[in-house]
Order: sequence, then C-alpha cells, then structure tokens
Amino acid sequence: MSEQTRREIGRAESTGRGEPGRTRLDSYVDRYAARTNGMTASEIRALFSVASRPEVVSLAGGMPNISGLPLDVVGQAIHDLVQTNGATAMQYGSGQGDPTLREQICDVMRLEGIEAHPDDVVVTVGSQQAVDLVTRIFCDPGDVVICEAPSYVGALGVFRAYECDVVHCEMDSEGLVPSALRDAIATVQAQGRRIKFLYTIPNYHNPAGVTLSAERRTEILEICREADVLVLEDNPYGLLGFDGDPIPALRADEADGVIYLGSFSKTFAPGFRVGWVLAPHAVREKLVLAQESATLCPPAFSQMAVSSYLTHHDWLGQIKQFREMYRERRDAMIGALDDLMPAAARWNVPAGGFYVWLTLPDGLDAKAMLPRAVTARVAYVPGTAFFADGFGAQSMRLSFCYPTAERIREGVRRLTGVIEEELELRETFGAPSRHLQRGYEAPNSDLT
Amino acid sequence: MLVLAGGLSHERDVSIRSGRRVAEALRDAGFEVDERDVDAGLLPWLADHTPDCVVPLLHGETGEDGALREILELVGLPYVGAGPAASRVAFDKPVAKVVAQGAGLHTPPSVTLPHETFRELGAAMVMHLLVAALGLPLIVKPAKGGSALGCSVVRSADDLPSAMVDAFAYGDTALVEQCIEGVEVAVPVIDTGEGPRALPVVEVKPDGGVYDYTARYTAGSTEFVVPAKIDDDLAAECARVAETIHAALGLRDLSRSDLMIDAEGRVWFLEVNVAPGLTETSTVPLSVQAAGLDLGTLVGDLVRAAVARRTP
Repeated sequence: MSEQTRREIGRAESTGRGEPGRTRLDSYVDRYAARTNGMTASEIRALFSVASRPEVVSLAGGMPNISGLPLDVVGQAIHDLVQTNGATAMQYGSGQGDPTLREQICDVMRLEGIEAHPDDVVVTVGSQQAVDLVTRIFCDPGDVVICEAPSYVGALGVFRAYECDVVHCEMDSEGLVPSALRDAIATVQAQGRRIKFLYTIPNYHNPAGVTLSAERRTEILEICREADVLVLEDNPYGLLGFDGDPIPALRADEADGVIYLGSFSKTFAPGFRVGWVLAPHAVREKLVLAQESATLCPPAFSQMAVSSYLTHHDWLGQIKQFREMYRERRDAMIGALDDLMPAAARWNVPAGGFYVWLTLPDGLDAKAMLPRAVTARVAYVPGTAFFADGFGAQSMRLSFCYPTAERIREGVRRLTGVIEEELELRETFGAPSRHLQRGYEAPNSDLT
Repeated sequence: MLVLAGGLSHERDVSIRSGRRVAEALRDAGFEVDERDVDAGLLPWLADHTPDCVVPLLHGETGEDGALREILELVGLPYVGAGPAASRVAFDKPVAKVVAQGAGLHTPPSVTLPHETFRELGAAMVMHLLVAALGLPLIVKPAKGGSALGCSVVRSADDLPSAMVDAFAYGDTALVEQCIEGVEVAVPVIDTGEGPRALPVVEVKPDGGVYDYTARYTAGSTEFVVPAKIDDDLAAECARVAETIHAALGLRDLSRSDLMIDAEGRVWFLEVNVAPGLTETSTVPLSVQAAGLDLGTLVGDLVRAAVARRTP
C-alpha cells in the first residue's frame, strides 16, 4: 500500500466517519432548462454501443456507404482548393452560404422539378440544422407540428428541444394518408391550437421506407393550402430512388407554402455537413439571421469542397453508382426477409433510400427484445424512437445502407432467431409487453 | 499497465466510461497506461507487449464471469481483481446469495428459475406460486449482469409476466426476489495487501425511487449521501457485511456490495460486483474520495498488490 493510501485510511479511521456529504454529481442540475429533462442516459443507447463492434451486424445505423467515392478525386479537389483558394476557404463566409454552391444547389434541385433562385437558398450544417433553424423561427413552446407516424428521430429531437407538441398522422403504403391529415388539422384547430407546419419526408421515408404517391402529393398540398398550414419538405433521399427518374418534389408544385430541405450527406458524403433550405423570400431573410446567430456562417471550407466536387466530378454518375449499390442491398434484405422471417411479421419494399420498416407479430415488443438481439449480435432501431408519443413498440427500422449483402442476410438470419425465441417467450408468459399500449389503433398500421 | 474496457456485453458503454476514468486517474498518478478493448486483437497485442499488470474493467459477462480472468491466468499476467473461480461465483447472483447466507448474512428470500421452467410447467401457475411464496413487492432481475439492466420492481401480480420477459431479454435465468424497501447503500471493499477493508458507505437516493439504468448513469438524477446518513453502528454493520461477503467469496483487491437497510435496521445483502463501475456517476469513486483517497493512487496500490501476488 502506498504511504498516501495508508495515511488517508488511518486518518479516516481515527477521525470517525465524518459529516455526510450530499452530491448529485452534477452541480449544475438546478440550472438546466426544463427542456433538458428528457436528456438522460438510456438502456437503448447503451446497447447501441455494442452495435459498433464488428461482430454485430448493425441494421440500426443510417450511415451512407461512401466506400465507392473516388477519394483520389476528392483529395485532389481539396488539395487544389487549399492551393488556389485556401485563404477564402479557411475564412468566415456569408451567413447565407457560398454563392457558387447555392447556384449549384439550384441545379441539383432542378432534377426534382424545382425552379429556384440562388437568393432563396440558405446553406446549413447538414439538413439537420435546417430543421433546427426552421423550427427556431416558427415555433413557440406548445405550437403544434404535424409529423408522419413514424417520423425521423432527428427531427423529433429538434421539435422536443423547442418544446413543440408533435401530432402524428397516419401513413400507409402510399405515404401520408390525406384523410388522416385533414382530420388531424381539424382536431388541432378545433382545440384552438396553432399548427406551425407539417413536417414530411415524401421520398423513401426515414424510417418507414414508403414514398408519397403522385396523386396524394397534389391532395396533401391542397389540404395544407386550404388550412393555411406550411409544409416542411425534408428530402435527403430524393435522388436515391431505384426505379426511373427522380420524383418531382412537393416544392416543384408549390413555391409559397413549402419550405424545402436538401442535403449532400447521402448523395456525396455526410462528413462535410452541408445541407440547405429553400424558402420563400421573407422566410429566407429570417433563416439567414437565425443562421448568423447560430453559427455566424456555415463552414466555408466544406461548402467550397462540395462545390469543387460538383464542378470537377461526375457527381450524377456517382449517385447512379450509389443507387445501384443500395438497390442491391435492398434486394438482399427483402430476399432474406422473404426467405427467413416468420409469417406473422410484415415489412414494406422501399423503392429507394435506406430503410425497411418491419412490424413484428402481435404481442412482440422491439424495444424489449433489443437486448436479446444484441446478445445474438444483430442490432436495429426500435420503432418507439420514431414516435413522440410512445407508440411504435411493435415495429423496428432496418437499415440496408451500410452492411454488405452477405452481412444483411446474416443479420436477418440472426434477427429471425431472436424473433422466434421472443415469440416463444411471449407465448409462455401470455401478456404483451407493458410498452405496447393497447386500446389505441397505432397509426402505422399498414405500411406494407 | 493495461486497462481493458469495452467488450461485447450489454454493459459495454459503462465499461468504456469506467476504463476512461481509471486510465486518466492512473496517468494523473504518474503511471504509464495503455487502453484496449477486448477483441480478436488483444492476444496478439499481449504477445508483443507485456504490461506489468492488467486492470480489467469489463462489466457483465466475460469481464465479471471469470472468463477473461481465466485467459489472463493462461497468459500469465498479473491483474487487478478476483480470480476466475471467485468471479464466477460472485457474478451469479443466486449462487452469491447462497454463499452470503452460509456466511451468516441476511439476503432477501428469492427464487431462481430459467425460462424453460415456466414453459414446461405453465407460466401462470409458476408466477402464482412465486407471488404466494414471496409476496409483493418483488424485484425481478437477470441472474447474471449488472447496471440494473433488465431489472423491474413488481408491485402488482399483473406486472409480473412483463417483468419476467424483460429479465429474460438479458439472460436465460431470472432471480425473483422479495423487494426489501428501505435505505439503499453501496459499500466498496478494498484490499491492498493488508486484508479487506470497507470504505465509507454510500447512500443512494434516486429521484424516481428506483435506482435503474437511467438513474445510475444520468448525472443529477440521483442524490448520493456519503458517508451515508445512518447510525455509526449501522454503518459498521454495513462494512462488516461487505467485508464478510468479500472474504467468503474469496474476492481480491476491490469489490462493491449493494445492500438494503430495512425499517428495523437489518442489513440485507443483495449482490456483489467484482468489477464495480468506476464511471463519473458510480458510487465507488465517491466512497474513495470520501475516504480521502485518490482514485489513481488507490488503483496503483491495487496494481502493486496484484504484481506482488504474482511475484514468487
């Protein structure tokens, strides 16, 4: 024993136990805003720590697979950028974003039928920050945001941070259900509450995998126009469809009532953190001010690197390669699900993007089952992550974007074993999980 | 020395936090420290590097069930903590309870059952028997594992099936135990070569009343009182219980016993950990600090004891 340890133990013994000290291990605990109440450690997050190990087939994360990117081309572009324009690239930039990049963004959006002026584009730190900025300028605590059921977990986190009330709205295999949207708007307005916007991911939805049908696009826009509800169209996967040309965006048909969010994270690389907002002129003014207060400006270096990539590389060809790779992985996942899953499980076949939404046989709880899955070395995201109201326990999001086709099949094989064991356990104990809320028709009842 | 943290157990995240904190504390105390995960690269690394001592901070299976310690024995490296056999017994909560009873300690009445038993005999009847025998409230937990993962307090028989399923999500065997209500305390025991010695008792007061995973690892959500605000006699009894189980199980270097003090002042042994959490929100570092000790210096002393144990 070290002399210090011996001395201190001796002193503790000789002076008795001393006065009790109280600690919460966080001396700031009484100072946090109320909105931090939900920011706690969770078993689910802890389990995802295991998913990072290579032994685990992770069907959980939504990381794009960028292994096909021409790193030599990107490296050369960045080298040239520093050599020729380094002083500008490493300086503060415009709060609205680099003008050249904003012009290129308009070219990208034109693929989805959007005619826009670069002045109406604000570059953001990924489209995640775009969700944050839009919510920041529109939402007071208690304002209602209508979201699909399920909805993107990152957006729900933003809405929670700004203390919005999320009202989920049913989807089916054709996307958001217009009658459900009409009912939701009427219900909320009858309560005298303000709806600030509809947040929607029309293409290859995260997490549901479904795509809003062409007929419904018109109807959804009409409903929102009549009810004076703004639409926040989040479209990170729009160019990653597996069949045919890109689907025209909602924003292509409606300039005033739609705020459009785009991203280079899935079509190029997420590490640059470059996304954008296209907004009506007055809104754009507010967004620039909000952006300046948030970050002063989006990173000039990242913007110029993305701009250089778009200028010097066949980025459309690259997206085509991405699409083929993701299609192959989607096929691997659907094939494995068809071959292996118990009959009572249901899932959809996405026409693009990264995700399959799987609904478990009755009585099973994806959240409660996750530890067993991690033990079996497979991971997924339980459906509850995609609801603000605690629903979704019977479903899960499966990502096919990152693992190889072989790993996807192995992951589905492991998951099938876990589900079969869980079915047996539920059969033994009869009662459904406490997390499955009964007496309520879950809004995600028919995504298949 | 080498700090091992991570692994593939459900407690990987907690282990990484413990490892990071201990490695920093050891560096602050002047030691040269490597940190590694336990994976296929470990044994090749150990073949190329020979640390003076290994500090295994893996929580859950492999780390606490004796498996990793068996490997360290095979490799022939000194390591901090209990040996494989003692770890195996301590990690198995029902078995550790039997040892505690044998050592004259109070431990809550309990029943340990694998899920096959429920399937073979009919879950409803078995659960009826459990409630009839043990009463309510109950605490249901996986027979092995830590960080309160898969643990539920059951106050109504209607909630028992769901609690059983939650426990079985973490393992094939569940411990159903009478829930003793009272003051919850944790008592570390250290042995730097001069015999096991309890450190100050830490009282745990979670905001929600249950010291679950969230309460354990969210700073601010649990109040800790150290030394616990209890009579000196009761504190001494807690220390005795922790030292007794440490010795009865043949543990070494460091352990942490989780105990309950009921309204009559009886101290109940719940479980003991051979690789207790050493994160920023764990109880052992609080107790170490309350004893006037420095965590890095103390772990350094445990390392010296481990090395001395190996020295012929």
